[in-house]
Amino acid sequence: MENNSLSWKIGGEAGYGIMTTGLIFAKVCSRAGLHVFDHTEYPSLIRGGHNTYQVRAEVEEVFSHVIHVDLFVALNRKTIDKHKEELAPRGGIIYDGDKIPLSKDDLGREDVKLFPAPLLRLAEESGGRRIMINSVALGASVALIDFDFEMLSGVIRDVYRGKATETIEFNIRAARLGYDYAKSKRMGKDFGRKLPKVGAKKQMLLTGNEAVGLGAIKAGCKFYAAYPMTPASSILHFMAAQERNFSLVVKHSEDEIAALNMAIGAGFAGARAMTATSGGGFSLMSEAIGLAAMTETPIVVVVCQRPGPSTGLPTRTEQGDLKFVLHASQGDFPRFVIAPGDVEECFYKTIEAFNLAERYQCPVILILDKYLSESHKTAEEFDMSKVKTDRGLLLSDEELEKIGEFKRYQFTETGISPRTIPSQRGGIFTATGNEHDETGYVSEDKIVRTKMVDKRFRKFEHAEREIPEPKLFGPEDAEVTIIAWGSTKGPIKEAMKLLDRDGMKANFLQILYISPFPTNTVSKTIEGSKRTVIVENNKTAQLASLIKEKTGKEIEHRILKYDGRQFFPTEIYQRVMEVL
Amino acid sequence: MVELADLKTVGQPNWCPGCGNFPIWHALKRAIVELNLEPHNVAIFSGIGCSSKMPHWINTYGFHGIHGRPLPIATGARLVNNNLTVIVVCGDGDGYGIGIGHFIHAMRRNINITYIVTNNQVYGLTTGQTSPTSDKGFATKSTPTGVIEMPINPIALAIASGATYISRGFSKEMKHLTKLIVDGVRHKGFALIDVLQPCVTFNRKNTYEWFSERVYKLEEKDHDVTDKQAAFLKSLQWNDRIPIGLFYREIRPTYEDELPQIAEKTLVKQRIEDIDIRALMDEFV
Repeated sequence: MENNSLSWKIGGEAGYGIMTTGLIFAKVCSRAGLHVFDHTEYPSLIRGGHNTYQVRAEVEEVFSHVIHVDLFVALNRKTIDKHKEELAPRGGIIYDGDKIPLSKDDLGREDVKLFPAPLLRLAEESGGRRIMINSVALGASVALIDFDFEMLSGVIRDVYRGKATETIEFNIRAARLGYDYAKSKRMGKDFGRKLPKVGAKKQMLLTGNEAVGLGAIKAGCKFYAAYPMTPASSILHFMAAQERNFSLVVKHSEDEIAALNMAIGAGFAGARAMTATSGGGFSLMSEAIGLAAMTETPIVVVVCQRPGPSTGLPTRTEQGDLKFVLHASQGDFPRFVIAPGDVEECFYKTIEAFNLAERYQCPVILILDKYLSESHKTAEEFDMSKVKTDRGLLLSDEELEKIGEFKRYQFTETGISPRTIPSQRGGIFTATGNEHDETGYVSEDKIVRTKMVDKRFRKFEHAEREIPEPKLFGPEDAEVTIIAWGSTKGPIKEAMKLLDRDGMKANFLQILYISPFPTNTVSKTIEGSKRTVIVENNKTAQLASLIKEKTGKEIEHRILKYDGRQFFPTEIYQRVMEVL
Repeated sequence: MVELADLKTVGQPNWCPGCGNFPIWHALKRAIVELNLEPHNVAIFSGIGCSSKMPHWINTYGFHGIHGRPLPIATGARLVNNNLTVIVVCGDGDGYGIGIGHFIHAMRRNINITYIVTNNQVYGLTTGQTSPTSDKGFATKSTPTGVIEMPINPIALAIASGATYISRGFSKEMKHLTKLIVDGVRHKGFALIDVLQPCVTFNRKNTYEWFSERVYKLEEKDHDVTDKQAAFLKSLQWNDRIPIGLFYREIRPTYEDELPQIAEKTLVKQRIEDIDIRALMDEFV
């Protein structure tokens, strides 16, 4: 029997290659033409903690993880004890029968399919190390869903590229032994869930952070400085790996203060520059955000949220920093805040962030969270025809020559002043964090002060008219309107599938540009809705509070979660049903 | 030829009469003239404090940033435009207080920046509090019974941190200081010029007279600038005799030298339209 979906999950002790194993399985499914969404959970330590990696593969497009698991790979007993509730009806467990005594009675369920395999014995037989039980289990998993072994060995070679040939061969041999063992025991027949190979569609499997990195490279980011912090570090790793291929400078700086200040220096000097961090690092960057605003220096800052306050839950997910990024740094000044909700938006909005930063000469903040930053999703290769480069009013040497006296902060109708960069003859100015006059010279004159504040805000009034309206998913006339931002987009779209299945009409307003805020559209949408529900991965419904501030309107119902985990679609579905 | 008039700005310094910053300002402008650096190819970065206003009064590109952070800002600019002559001017509060971490890291990376620290051993613009280089026992508004800590020794710190040009000037010795700046800018790598800069308003201890009685020039004392140990011993001299001049110099590849991606063309000159990422996307398939 063929099925259209599979939820597979591997669990085990940190240090057993859970992340790589999960990625290999996800990539096998992706290359089979299936839509994939994967999701990792791990504590903040390197060895000995409990890690899991879930891969959801379906024929239809998938947007989030799910609560149930069809096939478990349990590298230790703890995985079974901890996650047995997640096992779907007639779900299977692959485990080491030599090490873990397990019966259906232990689980208290008759429907469960047990697939004991001598994982350690086969790993040792392959000639590899103990850790290769993960590859043995991978082989067994791929056999169970009846994929060809070559699909797996090809992915192993690609994922392990750069490692010693011996390591790669040991892993492939270990996977082969697991595959053959499962086949010999006819496990696939017993499991009864085959996955179809949809066809050779070329698609990527990538995380939000990787999509941000790709966007930055495409946008011509020439300088990236950052200090490692989960869940933003993978952007640093990605950019650093591409440093020489795409000719940019990547600097792992001494701290986040230096990271943003370096990026500001690079932006001032005329390069497209970016940094990324999480809430803690962004706290350190707060002062420099204001400096970028005051000096009108283009800069892109990516904030990948995790639960706070303080160190919080370093490897978990939350949307608790919205109000922080909207207000960080002293004084009144405008900034862009954009909240991509999936990998496609991560790519396109990163490029847009660079364009906005240069067009409006101000800080642009992209806000993600661990769930979006680190979960892989399949996506078609990005469309370059949708991408453009807009450097704003960057004066050429010829244009500069025609201007008599250059004033860097000239008062203009739009508030945007033409800009020069060092080394341009005739474009000399001094940028300053102090209030200043049109030439850039420090000024405390009350008229100049008022006009300069107005000039900086005038740019934003202009921007408000140009940003795209928020998108409404689902039918215009719905029983309930869900409003949300960022990574909850995926689980919400999945929940809408469930609501639709039950004949419930729901729609979803995604706030992608949070600053400038699309006040009119949000206001009208709320007015036209029968019921409104906010879905946020935080305690205080920060977007709902912002909506109240901007529109004066109260969102009736709140679906909130702040346990450090993303919503499951079923949770949203159930809680929306309670509202109806 | 670049002339002093080319560096003239509309605004004029608003330091106190007799401020030790005036000679540093003159020396820096003279150094730019002597080096024949076209003003648009120079960028001067500063922090916050009396001396950090200096970029406004020299007609080059300038960035008057935030307290303690001029080095990271200058580093970012330098890395994307390595044709630019990058000079940082800031005070001891910026350089040796709030920004001391950046100072150490800039030295170990040997980035090609000339770092002029106007060291008056007191916080001037905030009206007279202790600084990281105030002498032990120095009484100020924030330390009315006298500073308890030992002062930072910037020269010794620089030697330990891998700076490749380490010097000290004195405001009263403008010609000498000009040469230190000229040589510092010519030096390939991180150049520290710590300047003894009397604050005539808030530091009544370390005055022009106090320094004049103590300073002597290393150049006149047969000091070997390639001898790190000798430099370190000299760096420890303070109360009775205070050496000025070049303590130590070393030739080591700069940070920029190690970046092949900027060897041919500086980053800001590289074209960013039409970057082809197809092969990179394929890696995710």
